[in-house]
Amino acid sequence: MGINWFKYSSPQAFHPLAGKMIPWFSVAAGLLIIIGLYIGFFVAPTDFQQGDSYRIIFVHVPAAWMSMFLYVIMAAWAGVGLGLNARPSFMMAQAIAPTGAMFTFIALLTGAMWGKPTWGAWWVWDARLTSELILLFQYIGIILLRAAIDDLRRADRASAVLALVGVVNVPIIYFSVRWWNTLHQGASVSMTASPKMATTMLTAMLIMTVGFWMYSFAVTLARVRCVILDRERQPMWGNQTSIQEVAEAR
Amino acid sequence: MLQTVALRGSRGQRQLFSDISVTVKPGTLLAVAGENGSGKTSFLRMLCGLLSPDDGAVLWQGKDIRQLKELYCAQLIYIGHLNGIKDDLTPTENIKISAGLAGGDSSSEIVRKALEAVGLGRSTHTLPTRVLSQGQKRRVALARLWLSTRPLWFLDEPFASLDTLAATYLTQRLQSHLGNGGMVVVSTHQEIALPTDSIQHLRLSR
Amino acid sequence: MSQPSMSEALGGVVRRDLLLAMRHRSDVAMSVFFVVIVASLFPLGVGPEAAVLRMIGPGVLWVTALLACLLSLGRLFTADYLDGVLEQTALIPQSLAVLVIGKVFAHWVVSGLPVVLLSPLLGLQFGLDGVTLGVLTLSLLLGTPTLSMIGAIGAALTLGLRGSGLLVALLVLPLFIPVLIFGAGAVTSSVSGIGSEANLSLLGACFLLSFAFAPWATAVALRIALE
Repeated sequence: MGINWFKYSSPQAFHPLAGKMIPWFSVAAGLLIIIGLYIGFFVAPTDFQQGDSYRIIFVHVPAAWMSMFLYVIMAAWAGVGLGLNARPSFMMAQAIAPTGAMFTFIALLTGAMWGKPTWGAWWVWDARLTSELILLFQYIGIILLRAAIDDLRRADRASAVLALVGVVNVPIIYFSVRWWNTLHQGASVSMTASPKMATTMLTAMLIMTVGFWMYSFAVTLARVRCVILDRERQPMWGNQTSIQEVAEAR
Repeated sequence: MLQTVALRGSRGQRQLFSDISVTVKPGTLLAVAGENGSGKTSFLRMLCGLLSPDDGAVLWQGKDIRQLKELYCAQLIYIGHLNGIKDDLTPTENIKISAGLAGGDSSSEIVRKALEAVGLGRSTHTLPTRVLSQGQKRRVALARLWLSTRPLWFLDEPFASLDTLAATYLTQRLQSHLGNGGMVVVSTHQEIALPTDSIQHLRLSR
Repeated sequence: MSQPSMSEALGGVVRRDLLLAMRHRSDVAMSVFFVVIVASLFPLGVGPEAAVLRMIGPGVLWVTALLACLLSLGRLFTADYLDGVLEQTALIPQSLAVLVIGKVFAHWVVSGLPVVLLSPLLGLQFGLDGVTLGVLTLSLLLGTPTLSMIGAIGAALTLGLRGSGLLVALLVLPLFIPVLIFGAGAVTSSVSGIGSEANLSLLGACFLLSFAFAPWATAVALRIALE
C-alpha cells in the first residue's frame, strides 16, 4: 500500500494523522519509562563507589542526550522551513522547543541532585554542566524571541535563524568551556568516571532514552496540533474548510 | 518589461490581495489605487523584492526576480513612504551618498542640479535635513529620480505632502522618464496629469 | 547599467555611518564613559587589595567591554530601520552581507575601538603589568569586532520589537561566551605567567568564524525584519 506522504505535509491533513499517532507514542513512552526506571532502580547493581545515589544517571544521561538531539532536530526543521519556506516545518520547530528546554532543565536539575552527594556541591562548573546551562539559555532565547514577535511569519523565520546560529555555537561553546574548565581547575571532576558500564545499566539507559523519544514524539505532535488550531483560528487558509469543522463533523 | 503572475499577498494573518496579474510595458505607468489598508505599499514592496509573495511571482524580462536578486536591484529605484534619508545629514550629503551607493555619478555639480530640479533652493542644500519641512524632505528623497538612469521606478505616494509646484516638477520628470522607455509603478490617490494612453490603472480592494 | 562595485558600496555605507557618528560625538563618548565607570566600580565593591584586583581584572574588563558592546547594539540598525535607509540598503545591488560588514565595521570603529584604545589605562587600575596590558589590548582588538559581528545577528533579529533592548541581551549573551572565555583567558594566562598564544589564536579563530557566518546570518535576519 503506497502512502502519499506528501499529502501529510499540509496542516489540514497532518492534524488528524497526528491525532491518531499520539496515543501509540504515549503508551510506548509510559511503558518504556516504567521498565527503564524499574531496571535502573531495582535491577541494576549498586555502584561500589557512589552507592545508590548514582541511580539518578538513568534519568540524567538520557535527558541530557535528548536535550541535544532535540536541539539539532529543531534546528533541522528550522533550516528546512527557511529553505523551502514551509509552514509545517516551522510549526514542528516551534513545537519541539519547549520539550527540548524541559529535558535540558531536567538534565541540569538531576545533575545538581547527583552532584550534591558525589562532589559535595549542588553546582560545579563542570564543562558539561556549563554547556548544558548555556543550551538552556539558547532554548529560552528562541522561545522568547518567538513570543516577542506578533507577526507569525516573522516569528517563524527569525526564531529559525536563531536556532541555526545556535547549532554552530553549541560545539564551540562545549569546546571553549572545556578548555576554560581545564585551565581553571584541572580535570578533577568528570562524569565519565566509570569506564566500563555494566550491561544492565546500559540497557536501562537505552530503554529510558527510547522512552524519552516516544514521549517527545507524543508531546511534540500534541503541541503541533495546538499550534495548527491556534493558527487556524485566525483566517489564514482563507475559505478552506476549517479543521474544527472537520473534527466536529466526525 | 515587468510582469506579475497571480500575485497573492498578506500582512500578518490578513490577506490583502490575490491573483493579481499585470504587465508594465516600457513607456507606461501603472497607477495603483485603493483605500487605506488595501495593500498598496505591500504590493509595491513585493514588486521590489522586499516582501515575498504568498503565492505567484514577479517577473522582470521574463525571469523571476527571486533568481535575479542583485541584477534586478540594479534596475530599480524605490521611494517608499519612508524617505530613506538621514535627518542629520544635509540634502547634498544624502543624495551624494545614495547616488554613490547606487553606482551612479555623484559629482557635486550633478547633485546640486538634481536638488534644484526638484525645487530645493541652494540655501537648503547645506542645512541638516532635520530642519526642513515634510514637503522639503520628500523633495530630497525624490531628487534621486533626477540622477537615475535606471528603467524601473516604484514610487509610494510620491505626491503626498508635495505642493503644486513640486508635483508639477515630478509629473514632468515622470513624463520624460516614460518618454525614454522607462517604467513606473506608483501608488496614489490623485489623478496623474499624463497622457492617458500611457497609464494603466490597478485598483486594490479587499 | 548602474551598479556600484563592492568597494564603492562598502565605502559608501562606512562613510555615511562615520559621518553620522561625527554628528553624534556624544554617543561615542557614552560607551567609553560607561566602560570607565563600570570598571571603576569593581575595586570599590571588591576592595582595594592588589592581588585580588589583579586576579579579577581580566574578567572584569572583558565583561565590561562585552556589556558596552551589548548596549551599543541598539544603535546598529534601529535608526536606519525607522527612517527607511535600511530598506534602501537592502535594495543596493550588492550582497547585503557585504554591506552588513560595512555597517558593523563603522559601528565597531565608533563603539569598540575607543574601548580597545582605553583598555591599557583601565588595566592599570587593576594593577596589570606591562606585558599583560599588551595582551589585554590585543585580545580586545581581536575580540570586540567578533562581539560586534555576533551582536549584529541579535540586533537584526530583534529589530523593531517591543523591549528589544533586553531581548537582544538574552539572545546574544550565550553566543558571546566563547569569545569571553578565550579573551579573558588570554589575559589571565598572561597574569599567571603562562603563554597567552593559545587563547589568542582561538580568539582569532572565533573572529574568522564570525566573519564568515555572522554577516550572512545578519543579512537573512534583516530581510526577515524588513518584510
